[in-house]
Amino acid sequence: MARRSLARLGAVLALLGLAAGCTGEAAVTEGQTGANTPAYGDTLIEASIGNVSSLIPNITSDQASRDVGTYMYNGLVTLGRDLEIAPELATSWAFSKDCLTLEFKLHPGVRWHDGAPFTADDVVFTYETTVDPKTPSPYRSDYQDVERVEAIDPHTVRVTYKKPYAKALLSWAMSMMPKHLLEPYVKTGKLRDAPQNWTAPVGTGPYRFKEMKSGEKVVVVANQDYFKGRPNISRIVYRIIPSQATIFLELKARGVDVAGLTALQYKRQTEYPAFQKAYNKFRYPGSGYTYLGFNLKDPRFADRRVRLAIAHAINKQELLDGVVLGLGREATGPFRPGTWADNPNVKGVPYDLKKAAALLAEAGWKTRNPEGLLVKDGKPFTFELLTNQGNDERKKIAEIVQASLRDLGIGVDIRILEWAALLKEHVKKRSFDAMILGWGTGADPDQYVVWHSSQTGPDELNHISYKNPEVDALLEAGRSSCVQADRTRFYHRLHEVLAEDQPLVFLYWRDVMPAVSSRIFGVNPGAAGIKWNQDEWFVPKYLHRYTAG
Amino acid sequence: MLAYALRRLFLAVPLLIGITFVSFLVIHLAPGDPAEMQTGDVPAEAKRAYEQLRKEFGLDQPLPVQYWNWLKRLVRLDFGKSFAPHGRPVLTMIGERLPITLLLNVVEMLIIVALAVPIGVLSATRQYSTFDKVTTVFVFIGFATPDFWLALLLMILFGIQLGWLPISGLRSMNWEYMSFWQQQWDFLSHLALPILVATFGGLAGFSRYMRQSMLEVIRQDYIQSARAKGLAERVVVGKHALRNALLPIVTILGLSLPGLIGGSVIVEWIFAIPGMGQLMVQAAFERDYPVLMGNLVIVSTLTLFANLAADLAYSLVDPRIRVSRRRR
Repeated sequence: MARRSLARLGAVLALLGLAAGCTGEAAVTEGQTGANTPAYGDTLIEASIGNVSSLIPNITSDQASRDVGTYMYNGLVTLGRDLEIAPELATSWAFSKDCLTLEFKLHPGVRWHDGAPFTADDVVFTYETTVDPKTPSPYRSDYQDVERVEAIDPHTVRVTYKKPYAKALLSWAMSMMPKHLLEPYVKTGKLRDAPQNWTAPVGTGPYRFKEMKSGEKVVVVANQDYFKGRPNISRIVYRIIPSQATIFLELKARGVDVAGLTALQYKRQTEYPAFQKAYNKFRYPGSGYTYLGFNLKDPRFADRRVRLAIAHAINKQELLDGVVLGLGREATGPFRPGTWADNPNVKGVPYDLKKAAALLAEAGWKTRNPEGLLVKDGKPFTFELLTNQGNDERKKIAEIVQASLRDLGIGVDIRILEWAALLKEHVKKRSFDAMILGWGTGADPDQYVVWHSSQTGPDELNHISYKNPEVDALLEAGRSSCVQADRTRFYHRLHEVLAEDQPLVFLYWRDVMPAVSSRIFGVNPGAAGIKWNQDEWFVPKYLHRYTAG
Repeated sequence: MLAYALRRLFLAVPLLIGITFVSFLVIHLAPGDPAEMQTGDVPAEAKRAYEQLRKEFGLDQPLPVQYWNWLKRLVRLDFGKSFAPHGRPVLTMIGERLPITLLLNVVEMLIIVALAVPIGVLSATRQYSTFDKVTTVFVFIGFATPDFWLALLLMILFGIQLGWLPISGLRSMNWEYMSFWQQQWDFLSHLALPILVATFGGLAGFSRYMRQSMLEVIRQDYIQSARAKGLAERVVVGKHALRNALLPIVTILGLSLPGLIGGSVIVEWIFAIPGMGQLMVQAAFERDYPVLMGNLVIVSTLTLFANLAADLAYSLVDPRIRVSRRRR
């Protein structure tokens, strides 16, 4: 699902980047060596700028609560390295031919942290709780197409859908909640008052709750009976450090083990031997891309040749270097690079000013006025480029676009507006020429709400008023199929169509750059980030720094 | 005296209600509401969740009704529950944040007074001396230095370059595995930098007040006559002048009382100390109205009381005030 890349999303992204910190005193004193083999023990210290708001992840939407929730809870399925759906509490699943029923086989012998067995009843309970109007869950819409959920036997769950729903499987990555503990609270609509919400959470996950100091830290310890095997790292301390500057200093002092770096920190402030010895730096594409969007109701931009010309006139590599110090990658379409929906054969629009000029001439923009601007029907080609305040990257992009298009004979006026005003007065009313904004992408590639021609209303997200019958058909097909091979085909084609049509100029995916203590092994970054296999991370015995269980 | 105190106390009630009313209004005028903060802006689908949260929080009612309900609960000392997903009672939340903020600020205040009084007296009695000039420069540097900047510099120096002190937080990560004395030492070393930073800024102001007040007093005739009596300069300054010069300081100290609880937002923020200041800022960002209002009531009540206490103390130490009131 595509989300509006609001200031808030920006904050979420920032959080994502930062939500990792560890106390990597990788004090590898010379001569002290050992085998780099997995061992139990040690503590991982993470840092988060956001506070944890609840310990039942089903009723929260903030990153810190989600991070902590992942330690203690499991879903039926989970996301693997490249955002592919992988088994977790369910060992296998099968859709019926018509995609209307989905049957899960549950992992046998799984126990809650309090020892009670996990069964199909808990799955039904989690579903019922989520859709219960008395539960304040932001995830209810995930299950709006569910007709019923039944426990066939203790280890089999069958879900029946009213209509095929592509995100059906992914929606079962929802954290499972213990029926035997929470049922009375849910029935009375008092889930928030349950002790599991703050002082005694019980899940099935790799870590058990140890202690929580509000606004300071959450401590979890390894679950010895974890059904996938005890995690290697014995203890995780999730520290709340509200200031990003402080997190970076803690990192330099080796007080946190994982933290996100900014482009400047990555390139310039961590390039010294002591840091390089203490940390491994990683880099992978983040979940959001930045674009230059046109108002397609404007006849000038409705012409594909004009859009393509503008795309040809922007040197994206130069843009990347200038704006994020080269720490990103050119975007060719709306699917996160390296995920299954991304079509690797789609090439970006190359920087080619001659071609751009030729395309514009073809579209009727041939003569120039004394100021050097292209003129058609007596009107010079100028437009206003909007973006939101407080985002330095976007401001720089606007300036680069302005300079690039000036050579081509197009005049650009940049206007920077406060977010709420931009959204309310311009984006929603569709009163803009062009704008620089971003989209965040979720784990599922469905982007119906962004590209479908039915989504152009004021409160809807097809801001650019894009209408393309082939795109509509592909989006509809993609979201109503439960067969990934088919969906891959639809999305690969969609990617091609969007690249050819350039309804907006796809600029770049910004990289996420975490630093992880070098004493931690097993980090394997992918489209899903670094934390997808956190229960497999380990610290070899000779590098242990903290005493921990 | 008693009648005066009672009258002041009685007058404080409408004042307090006025404060809460204005705060309530201003807080609700800020764009965005807690339900919106929690449901995000995923279109359409979130609409229902949003409406339901608003209903649960009572935000669907008209503002005056909301205020009246809040006031009714407050009279029973029920501060309500946080709007955050954990939904904990506001008093509990304040209760767990208060001790550390109090500790920090009381220690800070004691150090400030202990240093500011002698500095003020010395620079007043030796006006324009080298000591006075040096402290003046120092004090203006203190005034002009932003807290967060100084904090970051000290963190880099003591935390990274020298490695003597921890950078942030209250306890080391392996605190549970330390001996009792190690734990105490660890805790103290975590407090060192925050207290240093907080003291530096406060010291500047206080020593200036002290100097000013002292300068005024030593120009008075009774100081002159004390000297003329042949009293030692030590006694003149230490006994006759100092007592009088301390009067305005009492007022300022009284007014600083609410600050002891309100917390120092920047210091707590940058040093990751989970105190009242952080709680307030967080609540403001999340539009957590009950927590904000609870905090406000406590701080404004304290301000009113501190004001009252300062006035009473003043009239106790300064006979002129008592006399003039009686005459009226």
